[in-house]
Amino acid sequence: MHDKNDHSAYFYVLPAGAIILLFHVFPVIYSFLLSVFKGTLKHPMREFIGLSNYAELVGDVSFWKAMLNTLFFSVGSVPLGILIALGIAVLLNQKIQGLGIYRTIYYLPVITSIAAVSLVWKWLYDKKAGFFNQVFDMVDVAPSAWLQESRGLFEVVFSWVHISLPTSIVFFGTEFDQVLTRIAHGPSVALCCIIAMSVWKSLGYNVVIFLAGLQGIPNHLYEAAEIDGANRWQQFKAVTWPLLSPTTFFIFIMSTITSFQVFVQVFMMTPFGGPDGSTSVVVFYLYEKAFKTFEFGYASAMAYVLFTIIFILTLIQKKYVGEKVHYGG
Amino acid sequence: MVKSHARQKQFRALLVHFFLSIGGLLMCFPFFWMVLTSLKSPQEVLRVDHWFPHQKAFYVSVQKGKESVRQVEILENLGDSRVKVRFMDRNVIEQVESAGLEHRQFLWSNYEKAWNKVQPSFTRYFVNSFVIAVVTTVGQVTTSILAAYAFVFFVFPFKNLLFTVFLATMMIPQETLLIPNYLILSELGWIDTYMALIVPWLAGVFGIFMLRQFFAQIPRELFDAAMIDGCSKFGFLFKILVPLSLPPIITISIFTFLGSWNSLLWPLIVTNSQEMRTIQVGLSYFSQAEGTEWELLMAASTFCILPLIVLYIFAQKYFVQGEAASGLKG
Repeated sequence: MHDKNDHSAYFYVLPAGAIILLFHVFPVIYSFLLSVFKGTLKHPMREFIGLSNYAELVGDVSFWKAMLNTLFFSVGSVPLGILIALGIAVLLNQKIQGLGIYRTIYYLPVITSIAAVSLVWKWLYDKKAGFFNQVFDMVDVAPSAWLQESRGLFEVVFSWVHISLPTSIVFFGTEFDQVLTRIAHGPSVALCCIIAMSVWKSLGYNVVIFLAGLQGIPNHLYEAAEIDGANRWQQFKAVTWPLLSPTTFFIFIMSTITSFQVFVQVFMMTPFGGPDGSTSVVVFYLYEKAFKTFEFGYASAMAYVLFTIIFILTLIQKKYVGEKVHYGG
Repeated sequence: MVKSHARQKQFRALLVHFFLSIGGLLMCFPFFWMVLTSLKSPQEVLRVDHWFPHQKAFYVSVQKGKESVRQVEILENLGDSRVKVRFMDRNVIEQVESAGLEHRQFLWSNYEKAWNKVQPSFTRYFVNSFVIAVVTTVGQVTTSILAAYAFVFFVFPFKNLLFTVFLATMMIPQETLLIPNYLILSELGWIDTYMALIVPWLAGVFGIFMLRQFFAQIPRELFDAAMIDGCSKFGFLFKILVPLSLPPIITISIFTFLGSWNSLLWPLIVTNSQEMRTIQVGLSYFSQAEGTEWELLMAASTFCILPLIVLYIFAQKYFVQGEAASGLKG
């Protein structure tokens, strides 16, 4: 009875299957077709142009700037989010009272709407009367423009020790020098503000996953280490960190994937891509190209590049983490 | 020796609580600041010298049937129930009837103001978000239960291939789907309707995957016994399997609801008219239109976040389960 094909199964799979095929599988093909055609809003696939959109993308300095901003965002937010979350998770794992309350508090930003909390942070960062500038005012520090500050992080840090970086770098002699200058100056203060907010927003998610990983480490390993005379730090280095590495890797890849998709924070806090376009990330640029100027082909090519990056990251995560990470369930 | 060890332990616990509390306060601070700002007057918002809403004097008058409430500074009592005041919003000095003066600390009226400041009003946005989130959740959970049931308890051709295709869609970032789905929905004439906001999300692979894992733990004998006793396949699903699987079903429901309620990019793209805006889209337009009226923006943020916090507190158990299970996603 088990082995006989039962065609009534299709009735059960059909509702989900139809939606997934039409709105999740077919669009992947459609998107590629759009990216190799040129057209208008009414007729998006009028003329076949091969890989021209991709070639144009390679020469588009705004795209490279957006890529660089996205990379800055990942490099800034992912390690920071992991380190802080790990610290909190280790503290929470000390068998203390009130674990539930702490977990609730740290998790709170995760469930709230990103649009609303972006607005709250935009207000905290307000140039005129925002909280941060109020604090600066109290301690007699010159106010910052925060979300409107286009100076790079390295530029700011160096200026504290009275070193000024060159205002622009000339190498190619083309507009691509702007990208090099941005690399030398570092992410703009505005982008750093968005990074800080994003770390705060998703911290609780990482904490909960880390906590599950920590609780999976058998206690006798710590007991054995203690008998061997290992102090807390040595225990962390020899037991916690290596045994937690699949969890850390999982969070690392998942955070990297989400960081490449960042959009709402940028859109809400800097609706025009920030000072000097310094917060315009890939999805933001894609959104502008697709739904402000309606260049569907060009934006589709960009979407495909993004898709490829995320696809590779997902494959890496499948290959190396795969079924090794199991929590609860 | 033993005593000092116990003391050391106590000290360590105290230190842990100390750091966790500071971290917790930092995590909550933006929410505090949001609520505080939402209860201030426009003049107070810009004042740097006090953070907590103070008691303020207001002059309340009715002009053309509309109540106007303006913050004032009382300068001098002129006697004969007249008072000399400075209107803070225009910085003009006038003499007014003292009967119209009122003292208030928390301006709850900001909430009402923010609620009605947008067109048509936040009522419409809430109804839209609610309808969309509920229908999406019910739909997605139903299709997921049906599909997961087939994948676990049925044998049929192309079963593994189909499941692999389903799974593979988890690797596709939503951003890749934006443009093609927009065009498909335009073709169907669904742009700016509930259909565009709901139909593409009526199925979700994550739910199918999670339920399949859960169903697979249910003993096959239960299914066989039910079949022998003359139970139909549909009957088994709804009389036995679903009641047994309520915890994961509730978890999936909550996460689907949250995802739908909080999404911004998709509703931003497929809606044009004010009547079709969801809360998140409404909030983004509100912030672009009223960029500096922070007390109103914070009031709007507060009532957008509040339902989520209430949901979270009541359904916390399922949130934690969902998080633990998302580790399985890999």
